[in-house]
Amino acid sequence: MNGWTRKNGHLRAEFAPQEAAVIRGLVGQIKDMLAARADEAPVDELTELTGIRTGPATPPEDRVLGRLLPDFYRSDPETGESDEEETGAAGAMRSLHEPELLELKTGVAATVLETCPPEGGTVKLTEEQADSWMSAINDVRLALGTALDIDEDMPDELPEDDLRREHLNVYQWLTWVQDNLVEAMSS
Amino acid sequence: MVGILLGAPCENDGMTSPAEVERVQPQPEEAAFEDRPWVTVVWNDPVNLMSYVTYVLQKIFGYSKDHATKLMLDVHNKGKAAVSSGSKEKVEADVAKLHAAGLWATMQKDS
Repeated sequence: MNGWTRKNGHLRAEFAPQEAAVIRGLVGQIKDMLAARADEAPVDELTELTGIRTGPATPPEDRVLGRLLPDFYRSDPETGESDEEETGAAGAMRSLHEPELLELKTGVAATVLETCPPEGGTVKLTEEQADSWMSAINDVRLALGTALDIDEDMPDELPEDDLRREHLNVYQWLTWVQDNLVEAMSS
Repeated sequence: MVGILLGAPCENDGMTSPAEVERVQPQPEEAAFEDRPWVTVVWNDPVNLMSYVTYVLQKIFGYSKDHATKLMLDVHNKGKAAVSSGSKEKVEADVAKLHAAGLWATMQKDS
Protein backbone atom coordinates (compact mmCIF):
# COMPACT_ATOMS: atom_id res chain seq x y z
CA MET A 1 0.00 0.00 0.00
CA ASN A 2 1.69 3.17 -1.22
CA GLY A 3 -1.18 5.58 -0.75
CA TRP A 4 -4.45 6.55 -2.37
CA THR A 5 -4.72 8.34 -5.69
CA ARG A 6 -7.80 10.18 -6.91
CA LYS A 7 -8.67 10.27 -10.56
CA ASN A 8 -11.96 10.82 -12.41
CA GLY A 9 -13.99 10.70 -9.22
CA HIS A 10 -12.49 7.42 -8.07
CA LEU A 11 -10.05 6.57 -5.30
CA ARG A 12 -7.55 3.84 -5.95
CA ALA A 13 -4.88 2.00 -3.96
CA GLU A 14 -2.95 -1.26 -4.17
CA PHE A 15 -3.05 -3.60 -1.18
CA ALA A 16 -0.66 -6.50 -0.58
CA PRO A 17 -2.35 -9.82 0.32
CA GLN A 18 -1.36 -9.46 3.98
CA GLU A 19 -2.61 -5.86 4.14
CA ALA A 20 -5.96 -6.83 2.64
CA ALA A 21 -6.20 -9.70 5.14
CA VAL A 22 -5.56 -7.35 8.09
CA ILE A 23 -8.19 -4.86 6.93
CA ARG A 24 -10.79 -7.54 6.15
CA GLY A 25 -10.11 -9.39 9.41
CA LEU A 26 -10.45 -6.35 11.65
CA VAL A 27 -13.42 -4.80 9.84
CA GLY A 28 -15.09 -8.23 9.94
CA GLN A 29 -14.56 -8.42 13.71
CA ILE A 30 -16.20 -5.02 14.21
CA LYS A 31 -19.13 -6.12 12.02
CA ASP A 32 -19.55 -9.26 14.16
CA MET A 33 -19.47 -7.22 17.40
CA LEU A 34 -22.14 -4.88 16.04
CA ALA A 35 -24.30 -7.80 14.88
CA ALA A 36 -24.10 -9.37 18.35
CA ARG A 37 -25.19 -6.08 19.89
CA ALA A 38 -28.07 -5.79 17.41
CA ASP A 39 -29.26 -9.23 18.51
CA GLU A 40 -29.63 -7.88 22.06
CA ALA A 41 -32.29 -5.41 20.95
CA PRO A 42 -35.62 -6.07 22.60
CA VAL A 43 -38.33 -7.49 20.36
CA ASP A 44 -41.89 -6.77 21.42
CA GLU A 45 -45.32 -6.74 19.93
CA LEU A 46 -45.30 -2.99 19.48
CA THR A 47 -42.09 -3.20 17.42
CA GLU A 48 -43.59 -5.89 15.22
CA LEU A 49 -46.80 -3.94 14.84
CA THR A 50 -45.30 -0.53 14.08
CA GLY A 51 -42.00 -1.52 12.51
CA ILE A 52 -40.35 1.10 14.73
CA ARG A 53 -37.22 -0.50 16.09
CA THR A 54 -35.96 0.11 19.58
CA GLY A 55 -32.50 -0.67 20.91
CA PRO A 56 -31.32 -1.42 24.44
CA ALA A 57 -31.60 1.51 26.89
CA THR A 58 -28.28 0.76 28.58
CA PRO A 59 -24.77 1.23 27.12
CA PRO A 60 -22.75 -1.89 26.19
CA GLU A 61 -20.81 -3.35 29.12
CA ASP A 62 -17.83 -3.91 26.84
CA ARG A 63 -15.83 -0.66 26.72
CA VAL A 64 -14.67 -1.24 23.13
CA LEU A 65 -18.24 -1.54 21.91
CA GLY A 66 -19.15 1.32 24.24
CA ARG A 67 -16.73 3.61 22.40
CA LEU A 68 -18.42 2.80 19.08
CA LEU A 69 -21.88 3.46 20.53
CA PRO A 70 -21.55 6.53 22.79
CA ASP A 71 -24.23 8.10 24.98
CA PHE A 72 -26.06 11.23 23.82
CA TYR A 73 -25.44 13.03 27.12
CA ARG A 74 -22.39 13.53 29.28
CA SER A 75 -21.96 15.19 32.65
CA ASP A 76 -19.36 17.95 32.80
CA PRO A 77 -16.02 16.18 33.48
CA GLU A 78 -14.67 19.15 35.44
CA THR A 79 -17.60 20.01 37.66
CA GLY A 80 -19.30 16.62 37.56
CA GLU A 81 -22.51 18.52 36.97
CA SER A 82 -25.21 16.82 35.03
CA ASP A 83 -28.77 17.61 34.37
CA GLU A 84 -30.83 14.89 36.10
CA GLU A 85 -33.48 15.11 33.46
CA GLU A 86 -30.94 14.75 30.64
CA THR A 87 -29.19 11.82 32.26
CA GLY A 88 -32.52 10.10 32.66
CA ALA A 89 -33.24 10.69 29.00
CA ALA A 90 -29.97 9.07 27.87
CA GLY A 91 -31.50 5.60 27.93
CA ALA A 92 -34.49 6.66 25.89
CA MET A 93 -32.24 8.43 23.39
CA ARG A 94 -30.02 5.35 23.01
CA SER A 95 -33.01 3.10 22.61
CA LEU A 96 -34.30 5.36 19.85
CA HIS A 97 -31.07 5.89 17.88
CA GLU A 98 -28.93 2.80 18.41
CA PRO A 99 -30.63 0.58 15.78
CA GLU A 100 -29.87 3.09 13.02
CA LEU A 101 -26.31 3.65 14.26
CA LEU A 102 -25.68 -0.10 14.24
CA GLU A 103 -27.12 -0.30 10.74
CA LEU A 104 -24.90 2.52 9.46
CA LYS A 105 -21.75 1.10 11.03
CA THR A 106 -22.55 -2.39 9.78
CA GLY A 107 -23.17 -0.90 6.33
CA VAL A 108 -19.77 0.81 6.05
CA ALA A 109 -18.06 -2.38 7.26
CA ALA A 110 -19.92 -4.36 4.58
CA THR A 111 -18.76 -1.88 1.92
CA VAL A 112 -15.12 -2.50 2.91
CA LEU A 113 -15.62 -6.27 2.78
CA GLU A 114 -17.23 -5.96 -0.67
CA THR A 115 -14.56 -3.71 -2.16
CA CYS A 116 -11.37 -5.08 -0.59
CA PRO A 117 -10.34 -8.24 -2.49
CA PRO A 118 -9.42 -11.10 -0.09
CA GLU A 119 -6.28 -11.88 -2.09
CA GLY A 120 -5.20 -8.22 -2.17
CA GLY A 121 -4.70 -6.13 -5.28
CA THR A 122 -6.43 -3.00 -6.52
CA VAL A 123 -9.10 -1.31 -4.44
CA LYS A 124 -11.14 1.12 -6.55
CA LEU A 125 -13.77 3.21 -4.79
CA THR A 126 -16.40 5.79 -5.61
CA GLU A 127 -16.31 8.84 -3.34
CA GLU A 128 -19.29 7.48 -1.42
CA GLN A 129 -17.48 4.16 -0.89
CA ALA A 130 -14.36 6.08 0.16
CA ASP A 131 -16.41 7.80 2.89
CA SER A 132 -17.52 4.34 4.04
CA TRP A 133 -13.89 3.17 4.16
CA MET A 134 -12.94 6.21 6.26
CA SER A 135 -15.72 5.52 8.77
CA ALA A 136 -15.06 1.78 8.88
CA ILE A 137 -11.29 2.19 9.38
CA ASN A 138 -12.02 4.82 12.00
CA ASP A 139 -14.26 2.34 13.84
CA VAL A 140 -11.43 -0.22 13.82
CA ARG A 141 -9.01 2.42 15.13
CA LEU A 142 -11.46 3.44 17.87
CA ALA A 143 -11.79 -0.20 18.90
CA LEU A 144 -8.03 -0.87 18.81
CA GLY A 145 -7.26 2.45 20.49
CA THR A 146 -9.65 1.64 23.33
CA ALA A 147 -8.34 -1.92 23.73
CA LEU A 148 -4.71 -0.70 23.70
CA ASP A 149 -5.44 2.22 26.05
CA ILE A 150 -4.04 4.65 23.49
CA ASP A 151 -3.59 8.09 24.99
CA GLU A 152 -1.68 11.25 24.23
CA ASP A 153 1.44 9.93 25.95
CA MET A 154 1.56 6.70 23.93
CA PRO A 155 5.05 6.36 22.41
CA ASP A 156 5.31 5.62 18.67
CA GLU A 157 7.04 2.36 19.52
CA LEU A 158 6.60 0.10 22.53
CA PRO A 159 9.37 -1.98 24.23
CA GLU A 160 10.14 -5.41 22.71
CA ASP A 161 8.44 -7.26 25.57
CA ASP A 162 5.21 -5.25 25.46
CA LEU A 163 2.39 -7.51 24.28
CA ARG A 164 0.64 -4.54 22.65
CA ARG A 165 3.58 -3.91 20.30
CA GLU A 166 2.24 -5.74 17.24
CA HIS A 167 -1.25 -4.32 17.66
CA LEU A 168 0.15 -0.81 17.95
CA ASN A 169 1.96 -1.31 14.64
CA VAL A 170 -1.33 -2.29 12.99
CA TYR A 171 -3.08 0.69 14.61
CA GLN A 172 -0.43 3.07 13.30
CA TRP A 173 -0.60 1.59 9.82
CA LEU A 174 -4.40 2.05 9.79
CA THR A 175 -3.89 5.63 10.99
CA TRP A 176 -1.76 6.22 7.92
CA VAL A 177 -4.20 4.49 5.54
CA GLN A 178 -7.06 6.62 6.89
CA ASP A 179 -5.16 9.91 7.00
CA ASN A 180 -3.92 9.37 3.46
CA LEU A 181 -7.47 8.69 2.27
CA VAL A 182 -8.75 11.87 3.94
CA GLU A 183 -5.95 13.76 2.21
CA ALA A 184 -6.80 12.25 -1.18
CA MET A 185 -10.50 13.08 -0.69
CA SER A 186 -9.74 16.65 0.44
CA SER A 187 -7.41 17.47 -2.45
CA MET B 1 2.84 10.95 13.59
CA VAL B 2 3.05 13.95 15.88
CA GLY B 3 0.27 16.41 15.30
CA ILE B 4 -2.09 14.31 13.23
CA LEU B 5 -3.98 12.72 16.10
CA LEU B 6 -6.64 14.88 17.62
CA GLY B 7 -5.35 14.32 21.13
CA ALA B 8 -1.66 14.70 20.32
CA PRO B 9 0.26 17.94 20.82
CA CYS B 10 -0.06 20.16 17.79
CA GLU B 11 2.77 22.24 16.42
CA ASN B 12 0.29 24.76 15.09
CA ASP B 13 -1.08 25.53 18.53
CA GLY B 14 0.87 28.75 18.87
CA MET B 15 -0.10 29.91 15.42
CA THR B 16 -3.81 30.00 15.89
CA SER B 17 -5.56 33.10 17.04
CA PRO B 18 -7.38 32.94 20.38
CA ALA B 19 -10.42 31.04 19.31
CA GLU B 20 -13.86 31.69 20.61
CA VAL B 21 -16.29 28.87 20.11
CA GLU B 22 -18.58 30.06 17.37
CA ARG B 23 -22.16 29.06 17.65
CA VAL B 24 -24.72 29.04 14.94
CA GLN B 25 -27.34 31.48 16.14
CA PRO B 26 -30.72 29.92 16.80
CA GLN B 27 -33.61 31.06 14.69
CA PRO B 28 -35.46 33.93 16.38
CA GLU B 29 -38.75 32.04 16.57
CA GLU B 30 -36.99 29.17 18.34
CA ALA B 31 -35.26 31.47 20.78
CA ALA B 32 -38.56 33.03 21.72
CA PHE B 33 -39.92 29.71 22.91
CA GLU B 34 -36.75 28.43 24.48
CA ASP B 35 -34.27 30.74 26.16
CA ARG B 36 -31.50 28.17 26.15
CA PRO B 37 -30.97 26.47 22.78
CA TRP B 38 -29.40 23.03 22.51
CA VAL B 39 -25.80 22.63 21.42
CA THR B 40 -23.86 19.75 19.89
CA VAL B 41 -20.57 19.24 21.73
CA VAL B 42 -17.61 17.34 20.26
CA TRP B 43 -15.09 16.10 22.85
CA ASN B 44 -11.37 15.61 22.40
CA ASP B 45 -10.18 12.03 22.14
CA PRO B 46 -6.77 10.48 21.45
CA VAL B 47 -7.81 8.37 18.42
CA ASN B 48 -9.66 10.59 15.97
CA LEU B 49 -7.38 12.26 13.43
CA MET B 50 -7.31 16.04 13.13
CA SER B 51 -7.66 15.73 9.34
CA TYR B 52 -10.62 13.36 9.67
CA VAL B 53 -12.46 15.51 12.22
CA THR B 54 -12.09 18.54 9.95
CA TYR B 55 -13.34 16.48 6.98
CA VAL B 56 -16.36 15.19 8.93
CA LEU B 57 -17.36 18.67 10.16
CA GLN B 58 -17.20 19.98 6.58
CA LYS B 59 -19.20 17.09 5.22
CA ILE B 60 -21.94 16.93 7.88
CA PHE B 61 -22.47 20.66 8.42
CA GLY B 62 -21.28 22.07 5.10
CA TYR B 63 -18.77 24.29 6.91
CA SER B 64 -15.85 25.86 5.05
CA LYS B 65 -12.46 24.23 5.52
CA ASP B 66 -11.33 27.24 7.60
CA HIS B 67 -14.33 27.11 9.94
CA ALA B 68 -14.15 23.32 10.31
CA THR B 69 -10.42 23.56 11.05
CA LYS B 70 -11.04 26.23 13.68
CA LEU B 71 -13.67 24.06 15.42
CA MET B 72 -11.36 21.02 15.24
CA LEU B 73 -8.55 23.05 16.87
CA ASP B 74 -10.96 24.16 19.62
CA VAL B 75 -11.72 20.49 20.32
CA HIS B 76 -8.00 19.73 20.27
CA ASN B 77 -6.83 22.65 22.39
CA LYS B 78 -9.75 23.18 24.78
CA GLY B 79 -10.98 19.61 25.10
CA LYS B 80 -14.34 20.30 23.51
CA ALA B 81 -16.20 22.60 21.15
CA ALA B 82 -19.81 23.41 20.35
CA VAL B 83 -20.10 22.56 16.67
CA SER B 84 -23.78 23.28 16.04
CA SER B 85 -26.88 24.49 17.86
CA GLY B 86 -30.60 24.77 17.45
CA SER B 87 -33.73 22.90 18.41
CA LYS B 88 -33.45 19.69 20.41
CA GLU B 89 -34.48 17.65 17.36
CA LYS B 90 -31.83 19.24 15.13
CA VAL B 91 -29.06 18.76 17.67
CA GLU B 92 -30.18 15.20 18.35
CA ALA B 93 -29.89 14.45 14.62
CA ASP B 94 -26.46 16.14 14.47
CA VAL B 95 -25.17 14.02 17.36
CA ALA B 96 -26.45 10.86 15.64
CA LYS B 97 -24.57 11.80 12.43
CA LEU B 98 -21.35 12.49 14.36
CA HIS B 99 -21.67 9.13 16.17
CA ALA B 100 -21.99 7.41 12.80
CA ALA B 101 -18.70 9.07 11.79
CA GLY B 102 -17.07 7.92 15.04
CA LEU B 103 -16.70 11.31 16.72
CA TRP B 104 -17.36 11.59 20.43
CA ALA B 105 -20.37 13.91 20.48
CA THR B 106 -23.04 14.74 23.06
CA MET B 107 -25.89 17.22 23.36
CA GLN B 108 -26.66 19.72 26.09
CA LYS B 109 -28.53 22.89 26.84
CA ASP B 110 -26.44 25.95 26.07
CA SER B 111 -24.96 27.35 29.27
